[in-house]
Amino acid sequence: MKADPKGVMAGAFFIDGDHACAEGAIAAGCRFVAGYPITPSTEVVERIAERFPLIGGMFIQMEDEIASSIAIQGAVWGGKKAMTVTSGPGFSLMMEHIGLAAMTETPCVFVDVQRGGPSTGLPTLPGQGDMMQARWGSHGDYGIIALCPNSPQESFDLTIKAFNLAEQYRIPVLLMLDECVGHMTERVVVPPAEEIEITPRRYWEGPKEGFLLFKAAPDRVPPMVKAGDGFNVHVTGLTHDERGYPVMTAPAQEKLVRRLVDKIRLNSEAIIEYREDQTAGADIVIVSYGITSRVAIPAIEQARREGAKVGHLRLITAWPFPAKRIRELSGHVSCFVVPEINYGQMVREVERCVAGRTRVERVSHGGGSVHNPKDIYAKIMSCGKEERR
Amino acid sequence: MTRTEIKIGGFGGQGVILSGYIIGRAAAIYDGKHATMIQAFGPEARGSACSAQIVVSSEPIAYPYITTPSIMIVMSQEAYTKFSPELAEGGILITEEELVKPHNLRKDLTHFSIPATRFAEELGRKMVLNIVMMGFLTAVTDIVAGAI
Repeated sequence: MKADPKGVMAGAFFIDGDHACAEGAIAAGCRFVAGYPITPSTEVVERIAERFPLIGGMFIQMEDEIASSIAIQGAVWGGKKAMTVTSGPGFSLMMEHIGLAAMTETPCVFVDVQRGGPSTGLPTLPGQGDMMQARWGSHGDYGIIALCPNSPQESFDLTIKAFNLAEQYRIPVLLMLDECVGHMTERVVVPPAEEIEITPRRYWEGPKEGFLLFKAAPDRVPPMVKAGDGFNVHVTGLTHDERGYPVMTAPAQEKLVRRLVDKIRLNSEAIIEYREDQTAGADIVIVSYGITSRVAIPAIEQARREGAKVGHLRLITAWPFPAKRIRELSGHVSCFVVPEINYGQMVREVERCVAGRTRVERVSHGGGSVHNPKDIYAKIMSCGKEERR
Repeated sequence: MTRTEIKIGGFGGQGVILSGYIIGRAAAIYDGKHATMIQAFGPEARGSACSAQIVVSSEPIAYPYITTPSIMIVMSQEAYTKFSPELAEGGILITEEELVKPHNLRKDLTHFSIPATRFAEELGRKMVLNIVMMGFLTAVTDIVAGAI
């Protein structure tokens, strides 16, 4: 279906990544946001709070992030599209409810505008240290989707995509900005509503009799109903059967949790998105995401000018990770270089996929600024030298 | 034109980031160019060192950070001391006359000293000093078209 024109502010704007995220959410049909504003994500909810009263949305400034991350799930079961917005310290507090959304298959969006950590760390300065937390932060096993925009335009586009994926797979989707993308201002084009594709909620359209809330379709995703429509459903974080009733046994756990993992794992080819530049025939491939994918470009261009065959693979979905593509590239690439604003997170995924077949080099940065492109360039050139030896 | 880098520095509350926003918006929305604006500020709402980095280019901008700005506006002594060495050879430096004493001014620069705060006060509102600066920037550079 197409976007509701009431929420779409079509036109060209000079706005930052946070405001673009807010516009993306509104265009995607989000009409409930609960949050505990925190730098560098505050501008997202500032814009939501300003825009929502005009289009019939509801924004609540909650008492904390724990309450925010559960309020949105209540809104979803009440029939709204909903998100919460935070940064590292709040993201940590939300982990339990990311697990609840995964277990209860509640489609919603969590936005994390990453700053330097751990703890309160660097409120106004960038980091990319929440990437593994995005994958593994809540206890137990579950599949997850995390997206990494590298510009305000992509912040708008991927927020819409996050809402669509949440509905399609009935899971929480994480939008992993960083302070730079959140606070960088650039031209953003918001297309007219009729050009924005929206995935509607997968509501049950059959009879009430015999309806099973957690009986999955062939793609492993069950249909949903809305509170108040008379289905008398039971939604719990406990391991449950297809009716939603708690059944705490090993077979029930195997049936439910395997499906929660498989609905992302087995659909991963359809979900995974990345961009490649000159990877065919490359000796060295840079794997990057978020702002670091832009900081790497001057380094890559300089190395190419000096004759190095350097390719670039930019992650758009960090999770699920493009494992198959990295394995393919490891057949001809002599070295992967992974710059990120942490001491080594997504690089572990690259190392896992490469499995010792070729070199993997980190370019680590603890946060507080972006890399100096010279450091990435130096790593590329050092790989090239060892290769020639 | 290929790539022009601009830096604006001052205190939080002077309108440093709004100035960067205005330049970027004029270029990206009304002038048909590409523009990025990066802001840097401390946790304080007012008074902390604050800066904006703007890149204006006829080509899409991959790397949004600036290394050697050719145009710089400084509205505090601290920003002058910290940032003016970064200016490109032969660059344009615009300072707030009453807030910045340009010690050891580099000979290669084109320097303009503007009593922006006083002009703003005469206009009736001290806080529009950044807009006075923007007007002056438009007059002495070709970074954005004079009339939109």
